Amino acid sequence: MNDERAPESTPGAESAAHSPEPYESASDLLVHQAEERADPLTDPEAGEIALDVGDTADDVAIHTSRGAEAVVGRWQTPWGRFARTALALGAFFIIAGLIWETLKWFGGTPWRFENILGTGIDYFHDPPFRVLQFSDRQLPHIWDILYELVEPFQRGSDETLLQFLLGAALFTARQAFIGFTLGALIGIGIASIFVHSLRSERAFMPYVVASQTIPIVALAPVIALAVGLGPVAVVIVATYLTFFPVTISQLRGLRSPDPRAMELMRSYGASRWDIYRKLRFPASVPFLFTALKVAATWAIIGAIIGEGPGGVGEGLGKAIISFSQQYITGPEKLWATILIASLVGIVAFLAVRAAEVLVLRNRPGANP
Amino acid sequence: MTDATADRPVVHLSGLDKSFPTKGGGETAALQGIDLDVQTGEFISLIGPSGCGKSTLLRIVGDLIEPTAGSVEVNGKSARQARVDRDYGIVFQAPVLFDWRSVEANVRLPLEISGVTGAERDKRIDEMLDLVELSGFRDHYPHQLSGGMQQRVAIARALALQPALLLMDEPFGALDEMTRERLNAEVLRIWRATGKTVIFVTHSIPEAVFLSTRAVVMSPRPGRISHVVDVDLPQPRSEDSRETDRYYELVTEVREALRGRTPDADKPDTDTPGTDEPASPSQERARAEGSFG
Repeated sequence: MNDERAPESTPGAESAAHSPEPYESASDLLVHQAEERADPLTDPEAGEIALDVGDTADDVAIHTSRGAEAVVGRWQTPWGRFARTALALGAFFIIAGLIWETLKWFGGTPWRFENILGTGIDYFHDPPFRVLQFSDRQLPHIWDILYELVEPFQRGSDETLLQFLLGAALFTARQAFIGFTLGALIGIGIASIFVHSLRSERAFMPYVVASQTIPIVALAPVIALAVGLGPVAVVIVATYLTFFPVTISQLRGLRSPDPRAMELMRSYGASRWDIYRKLRFPASVPFLFTALKVAATWAIIGAIIGEGPGGVGEGLGKAIISFSQQYITGPEKLWATILIASLVGIVAFLAVRAAEVLVLRNRPGANP
Repeated sequence: MTDATADRPVVHLSGLDKSFPTKGGGETAALQGIDLDVQTGEFISLIGPSGCGKSTLLRIVGDLIEPTAGSVEVNGKSARQARVDRDYGIVFQAPVLFDWRSVEANVRLPLEISGVTGAERDKRIDEMLDLVELSGFRDHYPHQLSGGMQQRVAIARALALQPALLLMDEPFGALDEMTRERLNAEVLRIWRATGKTVIFVTHSIPEAVFLSTRAVVMSPRPGRISHVVDVDLPQPRSEDSRETDRYYELVTEVREALRGRTPDADKPDTDTPGTDEPASPSQERARAEGSFG
């Protein structure tokens, strides 16, 4: 997602040659980039516009937007940024599907279409190779998976698999959302404590890291036993997975302000609380969103794992367990469940991304 | 200062030393024996080669770092008390604007922190934006402004609390020459309009001469004041001042001072000892010439 940076920095490239000092941290780099971006505007012409104010406000706006357009194009609106992410993910699905069917075309089970779309044409394909892993038993056709979605999810039921899975997805998403929110708040809280107390960071950071070295699959049943089978156990696992990336990234974000910005705040006689809410926290927001995007998908995974082993709840985790037991007779159901689960993760990711492009709409340097 | 009055100086530095610990466990003297009085309404330039401690000196005045020895008084108070009382505004080489805040909100920041509210706050923001001629850009965000405009926002922000003293640390060092000259004129206009006392760190001789009422020339290792040049270019100055003979004489005088020579026998030296001896080795002199010639 960083490739747009490249054309952006080109116009200011020569300014890098006389950049006044080396930049050590990510935040410095951002400042540096901001300076580079501003640099094309400091040419004499722009200086003139800048000084004769009054009626030239529009000129500068045009100048700026023209510069921006040459540099980054029409994707630089919030909607454009969001659409770019969504399209990239959509492209991923299409490419994955193409690879999938290509593998089957070369090594799958022979297949036949009769009377395609009522045209009377028959189609028969006999793949040149036989690869066990690409057979219909293991890698069913995409259209078979999609078709399975509109079939009854079990014999005699009037609920389709899609309806069933959407219900399960809703259950999982609800637990994941609660876990995500709690995890994010805990992560922000821990980072906020650490940033104000090096001693507490030194004392407790090892535990934060150690917490993530325990295999969550092993921990989930223990948690379920401890708090009982139910949504609470699911939420705890989702929280457990989400607080970590938020803590780490947020700590970085809270430390990201330019040292000179800290000195400015000092010169205003700002309290720690002022510095936190007016400098540290706003500066950390881009870092926070980076973590939240990771955390959103992990929360879904956490919720699925959390309900899985103990058979808690009505969510996708349970569906995965039960459909994997029917895998031999009908692998399509498991694959359909996996598809829905990944779509839920993508929706969660895109929701955070949408919030990100909106919140950071005036900070192009922090919002690729 | 020839017209020194009985007034208490805005800044009174005496016997100031600053040393930093070095890796080997020793110490580097960054500043040694700095004595300087700055009177109300003066525009002081601190000029010298890199490493002469001019920025360090500015930061000591601003209570951003503490001196190893000596005393700092700002408005008759300790530097710390002056900082707590918000007696000074700072402008750095980089604008250090908060990029999530609009121009207006950036200028509002110090007012928010110091609890200035309501109509008074709005009035001050309007005044400051008028002063730097950016009223038309109040809703713009920093990334939409040129480097020079960003620096003017930084100046407006520094002045928002109406500090008695404005500390500027190479504020235009990162800008191109054209923009720098325009902003020099701008700073002079603001200085005349507000009557602030300014301490201005620079490594540009033309800038120091054009702007200041006194140019304090510093030499490195250890950083000390080697000369003080009274810049008697008539006020109010304009772009034309840059083309007068006196301007060139003063530029030469400052340049000579930077090379460690005393250009005029009748120029009063500061009380720092050993000013006119060629204290720095020729190598160092060449360095100074290289960066300022």
